[in-house]
Amino acid sequence: MSGPAATLDLEAIGFAEGAHVLLRRALGHLRPGARLGVRGTDPALTVDLAAWCRARGHRVDCPDSAPDEPVRAWVTCGHAESDRWVGAERAGNAGPTQLADAPPAHWGLAARGALIEAGGPGAPYDLGQKERVWADIAPMLYAQAAAAQWDPATAVPWGTEVELPAEIESAVVQVMTYLVENEQAALVLPARFLARIHPHFREVLQLLAVQAADEARHIEVFTRRATLAGNMLGTSSAGGRLSLFTLLSEPDFSLASFLLSVLGEGSFLSLLAFLDRYAPDPVTRTVARLARHDEARHVAFGVAHLEHQSAMDPGLRGRLRAAVEHRHDALVATAGLNEDVFDALVVLAAGSWEPRAIAAGSQAVRQLEEDMYVGRVRRLVRLGFPADEAAELSALHTRNFM
Amino acid sequence: MTLLMGAVAYDPKVVSIWTGFRSWLTRHQLSFDFVLYSNYERQVEDLVAGRLHAAWNSPLAWERAQRLARSEGRRVWPLVMRDTDQDLTSVVIVRADSSIESPADLADRTVAVGAVDSPQATLIPLSYLRSLFITADPDIKILRHDIGVGLHGDHVGGERDAARALITGQADAACMLDASHLLFTNDGTFPPGSVRVLAQTPPYDHCNMTVVDTAPREPALRFVELLRGMSYADPDIRPLLDLEGLRTWRPGRTTGYAQLTAAVDEGGFYDLAGGITVQDYWP
Repeated sequence: MSGPAATLDLEAIGFAEGAHVLLRRALGHLRPGARLGVRGTDPALTVDLAAWCRARGHRVDCPDSAPDEPVRAWVTCGHAESDRWVGAERAGNAGPTQLADAPPAHWGLAARGALIEAGGPGAPYDLGQKERVWADIAPMLYAQAAAAQWDPATAVPWGTEVELPAEIESAVVQVMTYLVENEQAALVLPARFLARIHPHFREVLQLLAVQAADEARHIEVFTRRATLAGNMLGTSSAGGRLSLFTLLSEPDFSLASFLLSVLGEGSFLSLLAFLDRYAPDPVTRTVARLARHDEARHVAFGVAHLEHQSAMDPGLRGRLRAAVEHRHDALVATAGLNEDVFDALVVLAAGSWEPRAIAAGSQAVRQLEEDMYVGRVRRLVRLGFPADEAAELSALHTRNFM
Repeated sequence: MTLLMGAVAYDPKVVSIWTGFRSWLTRHQLSFDFVLYSNYERQVEDLVAGRLHAAWNSPLAWERAQRLARSEGRRVWPLVMRDTDQDLTSVVIVRADSSIESPADLADRTVAVGAVDSPQATLIPLSYLRSLFITADPDIKILRHDIGVGLHGDHVGGERDAARALITGQADAACMLDASHLLFTNDGTFPPGSVRVLAQTPPYDHCNMTVVDTAPREPALRFVELLRGMSYADPDIRPLLDLEGLRTWRPGRTTGYAQLTAAVDEGGFYDLAGGITVQDYWP
């Protein structure tokens, strides 16, 4: 046996005051079989120490109470604590640069890089492969997203007096009603994938969580703008809701991300820029501008994620194409964009009901649709589609914009 | 042949524990099944009658199993026990500001105990207190807490109620397992600094896996071998060991039950043939 046994002086501390914390620390330094002399003046020390040690596999011997014996008990360290960590492993590395390609399901919710005890449940993350969810840009985008959060209560000049002609106000309300409907879909969609992605890809989860929170704020400010002058909202068309439903029913993360972020939110960038330009009041302009900044981030992640995937998986573009065609087929018999929304956009761009102004407004909305189309083509080309195919697919995108 | 074991369902976790152990034992080529009982008395009767091969017994059930077996011309013995079943003690607790300084001061006082059939919170500590008095009848008033009668004290509720009776002043002292004193200290049942230990019994043993001589020999031996081979380092079995409250199974021993035997005899809980003779006991 080696040198003198270790001792621990608990002073007057009992188990109600944390004696077990000091004991765990002291025993943690010992090998199984080594002894720890325990000193202390708590009257219940030996009673509680024996019960505590018994439950943890340590042996306790209490020397006969000699008045000059300061050690009240000898604890022989058991092996249960070291046994518990047999087969333990690190859940990868803490940082985002050396990710596992396919982290095991049993790493589960453990922090990336934590030492994890063997056993435990195999968590059901069906999106558990790096190539299916990751984009190297995710940590940076998350940092940007976290830094760019704005407070709906103060970021919008709600105190500004907004007094518009009734029909202009009603056009704003209609557009806001439409935006809320779309943002609700954009909130639910990333949230549905959150629970399916392995937490090893933490930055993707964080980004999607912020994305959902972004949409929550958009819903709030669009609703607040819609009800600025009254409580009557605009219309919601069955075709519009069906278009959004086809988005939510896509079970594949990459395809859903493609339809929502690359095509849908990509088109919304043009729409929000349009509203920024033609907004009849500063509140409408501000909410459109704030939402556009957030949406640009969502689009960037969607494009980066799919670029990464596309490089790894040559078959991806075929599946993306099929997803667009499938959605187009599902919506071919629907009316497309709610006519009330279309008219409202024209009126906003026109600024009045004068026939010539309406003609100019119509031209502006046609230009908006052209901008959306061109933007989609550009993003599709970035994903590796040839120009002619990108043009064809862009034309098949839902007429409901999102 | 399937080895059939009885266990008492004192808590829903018993199902998880023995279902888990059964799967593990089956994976290790032991045909094993279990029957759950609502109380220990019927389990022990079925064990000695040969309807079970083994029983996961409380110490009081072990005491009765021996008495019944003797009268029936059978033999029972403890195959294994948990490491946490060895060398337990019970304590008698008083309030910190109490004038009671020694067990002799308990004369004419009220002592809170657990259920009528709790070895650790009633039978053993009361027997110990009796042994400390010179006179046969110290005239202690007993305040019993009959929670989970028939479970032989496995339900901690009786001990907790005894502890509360002490704190609220209904009782002058309370009897409990040393581990329950630690539990109540940590969970706030005993406010900090509110109690002190008046007396502590010598160590005794608790549960054991009792087997009867009518059990098939090879499966019983395999059962012991497998239980003893369960390792806390095995992540498959560790959650079950944690649930059952042990780190390792140890060989059964009979040396730790003398205090309970004396208590059962003194209180007339069972007769020598294992008949239930205590009054007010309806498991």
